[in-house]
Amino acid sequence: MMRLELVKRPQRSMLFSALSPFIAFALTIIAGAILFALLGVNPLMAFQIYFLEPVSQVWQLHELAIKAAPLILIGVGLSVCYRANIWNIGAEGQFILGGIVGSSIPVLFPQFEGPLVLPLMLLFGMVGGAAYAAIPALLKARFNTNEILTSLMLVYVAQLFLDWLVRGPWRDPKGFNFPQTIQFNDSAILPELMPASGRANWGFVFALVAAVLVWILMSRMLKGFEVRVLGSSPRAGRFAGFGINRMVFFAFMLSGALAGLAGISEVSGAIGQLQPVISPGYGFAAIIVAFLGRLNPLGIVAAGLVLALTYLGGEAVQSALGISDKVARVFQGMLLFFVLGCDTLIHYRIRLIGLAAPTLESAPKLEEAH
Amino acid sequence: MDITVNILLTIATAATPLLIAAIGELVVERSGVLNLGVEGMMIMGAVGGFGAGYLTGSPWIGLLAAIALGAVFSLLFAVMTLSLATNQVATGLSLTLLGLGLSGMMGTSFVGQPGARLPNLDIPGLTAIPVIGRLLFGQDPIFYISIALTAAVMWFLFKTRTGLTLRSIGDSHTSAHALGIKVIRYRYLAVIFGGACAGLAGGHLSLVYTPQWVENMTAGRGWIALALVVFASWRPWRVLAGAYIFGAVWIGQLHAQAFGIPVPSQLLSSLPYLATIVVLVLISRNKRLTMMNTPASLGQPFVPDR
Repeated sequence: MMRLELVKRPQRSMLFSALSPFIAFALTIIAGAILFALLGVNPLMAFQIYFLEPVSQVWQLHELAIKAAPLILIGVGLSVCYRANIWNIGAEGQFILGGIVGSSIPVLFPQFEGPLVLPLMLLFGMVGGAAYAAIPALLKARFNTNEILTSLMLVYVAQLFLDWLVRGPWRDPKGFNFPQTIQFNDSAILPELMPASGRANWGFVFALVAAVLVWILMSRMLKGFEVRVLGSSPRAGRFAGFGINRMVFFAFMLSGALAGLAGISEVSGAIGQLQPVISPGYGFAAIIVAFLGRLNPLGIVAAGLVLALTYLGGEAVQSALGISDKVARVFQGMLLFFVLGCDTLIHYRIRLIGLAAPTLESAPKLEEAH
Repeated sequence: MDITVNILLTIATAATPLLIAAIGELVVERSGVLNLGVEGMMIMGAVGGFGAGYLTGSPWIGLLAAIALGAVFSLLFAVMTLSLATNQVATGLSLTLLGLGLSGMMGTSFVGQPGARLPNLDIPGLTAIPVIGRLLFGQDPIFYISIALTAAVMWFLFKTRTGLTLRSIGDSHTSAHALGIKVIRYRYLAVIFGGACAGLAGGHLSLVYTPQWVENMTAGRGWIALALVVFASWRPWRVLAGAYIFGAVWIGQLHAQAFGIPVPSQLLSSLPYLATIVVLVLISRNKRLTMMNTPASLGQPFVPDR
């Protein structure tokens, strides 16, 4: 019988470290082609509609930026968590809470206008997201409770809470019973960057700034070093005097604040009011963004754009070919799978033992010649 | 009396998928592997079970399809984490994300279609016995499978040599490997068993609980099953107890909504999730006890040396 064998490399492969996201993307394309063929669609045509048409005009690039902004903001925050080996998978809930707390200003004080409104909303959004993320952090630090499960359970709670607000106390009284809040007044709307050419708003700028700041934090500051040490060797971190519990709070609240900022930016920028659903799964897709970007903030910017394209492509094939836009979620899932699989190549050589062994075994030797 | 019986029956129906998925995951985790893809495998079982039942008209074929799809889907996770030694947390998450997407796509044409439902057991004479008749002899077939499965897993883990081997792998894969035990092979089988269970649990949702296809119809049950395993400190009979407590919470909040208790329905709907958090906090508060019960090599990748 054929089986795989992993052979540990003496050191991590720089080559595969750089190549793995690209190999993963190529594999996703191949798997996607098979998927489209199974659905009875010419893969080449499908890919043109999926990957090229959504970015062929300037206004569409604006749409790409709108989708990429929350993915990058959340992904950058999550990368800090995952580097520290802390598993926040509830960013979707923190996104929603950021949207809710930030929106409390225009919803509860519709007469409040002026230049102060927006900064306050953004601040509230960040505080809301961070506070919601502090719950799993507190439970982990204080009671040793598994943060994966608690942060995820809180997503469902946040979704139901938002649903209650927009159908109950925050519903627009003049909204014909639609489950939504009032339209925000003008000073509560996140301005567009270049209104002449498209809808993209300042959320994208926030995302880029956050990526650069977190990159500086992680590569140039002691705190970033602490994150990496505690993530790769908690024991060594303890000897160095780094507190694990403090790190749990730091990582959760930083990522929660960024997810909250993404939430309020989405609500006040792209939507303009609260609705029962304000996210097409950005908090979960951002997990993929974080890994596809190699947990590196600058890589995450690129990965965020790629994932944003999968959303737009999904909408495009739905309207052009009648395929469900769920195809986007499939692409995103496959992408993460292949990235994780390719990352194995960084630390290991793969040998196939059994069938066809000679040809496949010669492959790693070629690489040794470098 | 009749109302009590009805409530007990609905609790059993709500508890069954949780029980089956959690028992499967328990075996996986006892072997030292953490598969966070339960939700994904479950929803694949749900869509596969519904689809096969709807297309063939036979819920029994649907049942088999649900099990098969869950098992095949878990194989993806097994290849990644066991053969390629990928991070189990991240891989499990991606299995869930992929499952939710794939099932949504596969199920587009099933939305709103009437599905096939597995018939309840009906033994002439026995089922008609007042009160206990319907509880013991009148439930859906998967209910009986779930109870048998729990007993079988209990027996397997603690009364057989293979079960002992499996537990030893979960506690120290390096020692087990040194003893010549095929760690990876055992783990493959455990993961596939977990996948089959999750698939069956999903099939219960779309073939018994609500015989129709609704996107994301698992609604976090896979995650609750994961929490149940922690809650049960990796003991099958405690999983059984936990599943029925959660089934009761789930049904309790539905009944409270139906009775029009003056509390927002969304608050009631969030009770199962809040209960999960509370239960996890209570159980993990005692750090030493948790450490003692957790399979020691849970979640760590293992690469056999040559």
